[in-house]
Amino acid sequence: MSGWRLWVPLLMFAGFFGVAGYQLSQPKNEFIESRMVGRELPYFDLRPATTDLPGIASAQFGDGQPRLLNIWASWCVPCIAEAPYLEQLQEQGAPIVGIAIRDRPEDVARFLERHGNPYVAVGADDLSEVQFAIGSSGVPETFVIDGQGRITHQHIGDIRETDVPVLLEKLREAGA
Amino acid sequence: MIAELGLAALWLAAALAGLQTIAGFLSVRAGTTTELGGLIRPAAVVQGVFAGLSFCALLYVFAITDLSVKLVASHSHALKPMVFKLSGAWGNHEGSMLLWVTVMALAGALIAVVERRLPDRTMQAVLAAQGFVALGFYAFLLLSSNPFERLPIPAAEGMGLNPLLQDIGLAFHPPTLYFGYVGLSIAFSFAVGALITREVTPAFARAMRPWVLGAWVFLTVGITAGSYWAYYELGWGGWWFWDPVENASLMPWLAATALLHSVSVLAARDALRVWTIMLGVVAFSMSMLGTFLVRSGILTSVHSFAVDPERGTFILLLLALYIGGALLLFALRASTISEGKRFAIASREGALVVNNVMLSAILAIVLLGTLYPLLTEAFDIRVSVGPPYFNPVGAIFVIPMLLVMAVGPLLRWREDRFARISREMIVLGAILVVALVLIAVLGDVALLPLLGLAVAAMLTVASFLPLRGRKLTRVPIATWGMVVAHFGIAVALFGMASESAFTKERLAALAPGDTTQVGQWAVTLDAIVPVAGPNWTAIEGQLSARIGDGEPISMRPQSRTFWAPPQVTAESVLATRWNGQLYAVMGESAGDGRWQVRLWWKPFVTLIWYGGLLVALGGVLAIIGRVRDDLKNRSVLRRAAERREDMRPEDMRPEDMGSEDMAYEDMRSEDMRPEESAL
Repeated sequence: MSGWRLWVPLLMFAGFFGVAGYQLSQPKNEFIESRMVGRELPYFDLRPATTDLPGIASAQFGDGQPRLLNIWASWCVPCIAEAPYLEQLQEQGAPIVGIAIRDRPEDVARFLERHGNPYVAVGADDLSEVQFAIGSSGVPETFVIDGQGRITHQHIGDIRETDVPVLLEKLREAGA
Repeated sequence: MIAELGLAALWLAAALAGLQTIAGFLSVRAGTTTELGGLIRPAAVVQGVFAGLSFCALLYVFAITDLSVKLVASHSHALKPMVFKLSGAWGNHEGSMLLWVTVMALAGALIAVVERRLPDRTMQAVLAAQGFVALGFYAFLLLSSNPFERLPIPAAEGMGLNPLLQDIGLAFHPPTLYFGYVGLSIAFSFAVGALITREVTPAFARAMRPWVLGAWVFLTVGITAGSYWAYYELGWGGWWFWDPVENASLMPWLAATALLHSVSVLAARDALRVWTIMLGVVAFSMSMLGTFLVRSGILTSVHSFAVDPERGTFILLLLALYIGGALLLFALRASTISEGKRFAIASREGALVVNNVMLSAILAIVLLGTLYPLLTEAFDIRVSVGPPYFNPVGAIFVIPMLLVMAVGPLLRWREDRFARISREMIVLGAILVVALVLIAVLGDVALLPLLGLAVAAMLTVASFLPLRGRKLTRVPIATWGMVVAHFGIAVALFGMASESAFTKERLAALAPGDTTQVGQWAVTLDAIVPVAGPNWTAIEGQLSARIGDGEPISMRPQSRTFWAPPQVTAESVLATRWNGQLYAVMGESAGDGRWQVRLWWKPFVTLIWYGGLLVALGGVLAIIGRVRDDLKNRSVLRRAAERREDMRPEDMRPEDMGSEDMAYEDMRSEDMRPEESAL
């Protein structure tokens, strides 16, 4: 054995080193984006999650008005963290529809009382069926739905202060 | 105070590793015996002592739960049982790295003390390489993962240990793999030392072999134990998931398996020189690559608790330094290593070469499958590679390899004819065909399990054929080792194939009093009760399982909730019978008074792990046989040297020591016997 063949292992290792080094330098994105972005909302018709607000059905989305669809739960800690920013969004004119995942009416009511209520409607998704259908893998997540009932954007994780203008912009784009 | 002493000992050990490297490098370059050369062995020994002291200091601070030490505060808890306090010392990144360097330093000390067969210069190069490898790990510990770091204010209470890790099997599973990895690092040092001095001889192979065998035994045990742990602790019913971290332990094992066969060819027949060196480098590369994949979190895996990208960068740099360096040295030097002896294709060496090629191909398949997501992610495509790739693609090479494994040990060294063993081959072929037809006719079995069952039946017979016609009391221990290890492969293969062909699964929602059927077993949920342990509470399902009208056996799977840190785990329960295991897991409440219960009946599944242990036992027998032969040879040589000394005392100069190697070379004529095992 001689010549160039002896360099093959080193070259293969150099290739691995390059890829691994590149990957290490990249910010790790653990989120799995929904395949539903760009498509129409799946069909659903959810009962109200609490006595004070109406429930929500997919049919209500196709009326020309873009909305935010917030997937949350009263048992979810990051949902408490994002509550003030949902309120900010609502104050700046964003209509927000909620879907409460695996929740109890009394817990939902208590959460809204304690952390504020930005929602026009909250539907109850007791078995995460709508959550899975829409391609969300956790709470909280927020989707932008355009006037034709299409999903145009997915925000994974809690909404932070810097996300508020981004979501408003996406909502404006969806309305245009 | 003890923590500071531990840190000081670690710094001293690192300094000695530095001294060992520099002295080794300089005296190898000088090429003559220098005063510096005399420092190398003592430096290696004292380095081992200091590293050992440092690790003892860490064990001590964990034993007394010294909460002013950051590592203890973040990974231990005063209420934990003592054995888990101690295992907590290495159940975390810093501690496990310290364990790694300690074992490495102790192994270095051991070769410095006992290994006297190799020429001085090669030995110096080996110890210099070993010191250099250790130095990188010391730097890693001291610069970025100091295990003895103090907290400014002692913590009030520790933060516990991951409850999934609070398990006796797991307490000893990572150290076992580490011993294997470290053994391969010694083999790596031997390979680098030999590349530097270009001395690739049978004596070199013999010096390297116990380390390869030892590493291989530890890896075998580690993988077997890890597989069993995943099987009963994760509660998913599977025993191998092709998870990146499992692959990370499998790849060094594959490389070590290839290496131990090729090192045997080198030791017995002075062939496969360059290939053996290459495998020595590859085997350690695979263990470092495994460490990198686990620690950097670059691939998502069930072992995600160990992740930190900064550490990943450090390990990647070490990887570049050692593996890149060794491969560069290989590229520059390998062509100058003279060719070994030639052999015919129909020979023991020929079969071992085929085995090596197959093992390397399997290694390449596993490596590709493991790294493929990393590669595609660079182009923003996310994929996950799983059993649909690994099982069939691996089988393409595993099955031919097992067929060669059945015949290879029957062949003679150097040159043989297949016609000589035609009778054995016909018998084995007949068993294979009959088993295939019988199983295919009698049962509804998928292709891979069918092949697995038939090959297992054939291998069981084949593994004992090398003993045929021999007086069993006179068979060398190392040959027994080969027989037992090959038989272990047959046993494990049978378990795997049986599990995948005949497993019965049932997921049922049961209210107390309900009964469900899985395989032959009728399982009744008698009651649901809450239970409390030292640091957890649980919901326990009281099940009774029976076959027909037989005596019912009681099974109590739990769904446990730990407090510190809060976490829910499924505590599965296994009922083992001679012909398989009944596996029960408690699920969630269905909300209407019923509970999810998952049940499996897995025929002969335990053979997977018994087979693994047999393989390891074979390795242990091989080590015993080899080391005993070495000691015998050494005492013969010493007596011969004493006789010479008696005759011509004035002629006994240092350079005469070289003749020891020549005398040793003569000794190996016994290795040429055809019946000598490959292991």
